[in-house]
Amino acid sequence: MFKTFIAGILLGVAGAAAALHYYPAVNQSREQSLIVVQPNRGNTESFHVNIPMDRVMIGAPSQKEPLPVGLEWPVDPLFADTRAELFKIRNGKDAVVGVASRIAANNASSGDIVEWVLHLPARGSAYVVMQAEPLEDGYRAGNLAAGTREFAPLVGRVTEHWVADTSGAEDAPTGRIELTTAFVAKEVDEE
Amino acid sequence: MKYLISLIAGMAVGAVAFLALLYYNPMTSQNKLSPLSVSDNDVITLNYSAVATDALIFTNDGQSTVAPYPSKVLQLWEPTVRLTDTMATVLRDSRNQPAAIGIKFSSRSESTRILNGEAIIDSAWHIYLPGRGSLFVEQRENYWSYLREIVIPAYRSSGDNWRGNWSGTITSGPGALGTARVFGGSGEFADLDTDGVESLLAKAYSVKHGPVAVDGKLAVELPAPTPDATPDP
Repeated sequence: MFKTFIAGILLGVAGAAAALHYYPAVNQSREQSLIVVQPNRGNTESFHVNIPMDRVMIGAPSQKEPLPVGLEWPVDPLFADTRAELFKIRNGKDAVVGVASRIAANNASSGDIVEWVLHLPARGSAYVVMQAEPLEDGYRAGNLAAGTREFAPLVGRVTEHWVADTSGAEDAPTGRIELTTAFVAKEVDEE
Repeated sequence: MKYLISLIAGMAVGAVAFLALLYYNPMTSQNKLSPLSVSDNDVITLNYSAVATDALIFTNDGQSTVAPYPSKVLQLWEPTVRLTDTMATVLRDSRNQPAAIGIKFSSRSESTRILNGEAIIDSAWHIYLPGRGSLFVEQRENYWSYLREIVIPAYRSSGDNWRGNWSGTITSGPGALGTARVFGGSGEFADLDTDGVESLLAKAYSVKHGPVAVDGKLAVELPAPTPDATPDP
């Protein structure tokens, strides 16, 4: 019986080690990536933010109705020209795939900036620096300044565009911010 | 029958002994010294409180130990984001003056390996320092020591809390020296590509509320400017 007990201990050690090795401690949920391959222009992918339902935070001074309710934006004059926003972002099938931050600032020393960080938990993050001035057609364009994991080996462009809702449906959003990425591998870009 | 009971008891003892070995394994202790502490370059230090109610906003799936703040903030309940926390906070300089707005995304990582003492969070900071510029910080954080020395002792405590003085570096990559990668976006940081390290100083943790007195510190190394080449006389 003692030998059985010892064998049980060994089995227990092996079983615990195997369970920890093979059973994933974290399993991120994924949505299907909806990527379009463009001839000689890399891969494009569209994300969007439904306004107002996907807006998590608007951080800006002197707001009459802060979002979320209870947000106390710092009154320090240092942040007087800064606007920080947080959103959920959706893919082409309208499924939430990540979260994003947008910081816009208007500062004499550091210049005008508009930046996005798109964080897709299962894929990585993309840091996008936009041109401060929008183009004539209402689009704002920018570059992928840095990426992590899936986005790390990529370079490319991102556009931001506001699309007002015209459906007239009762529960429709007022509009959406469309973000379209056009990325290509760094190696291809350098050729 | 007694052999079966003996086998099951042995397996239980073996599993518990293995988990105890993992828990007390000194080989998985984290380095408490920041790799940037030996750097000759200038370092920007940004401090923040890691307590949710001290942030501008903190949100997660709404089911975790740490409750979203403010209470009416939109929660990240969708399957693709439910393992992600998002925080916006004011970052303070070394003189405790407001210096930046920081937004941190933290997602539980599939590279977590409890067997190796790795409880990994993939995180990204989006930081704007008014008058100076913006930064993006990519890092892999290992919370194993934090879990082992703070969270588990809090659960084992009869008062369901932990008090003490714990400090440690949580950044564990992706840099070769266990540092974070930092990229500049605008202003004086435009085109910056450097290293960073985030550390925590914990003094109190509650099983019910999560961190009660925990401060974070993000250090970013500023590479020394390359001197202009002088012509050979």
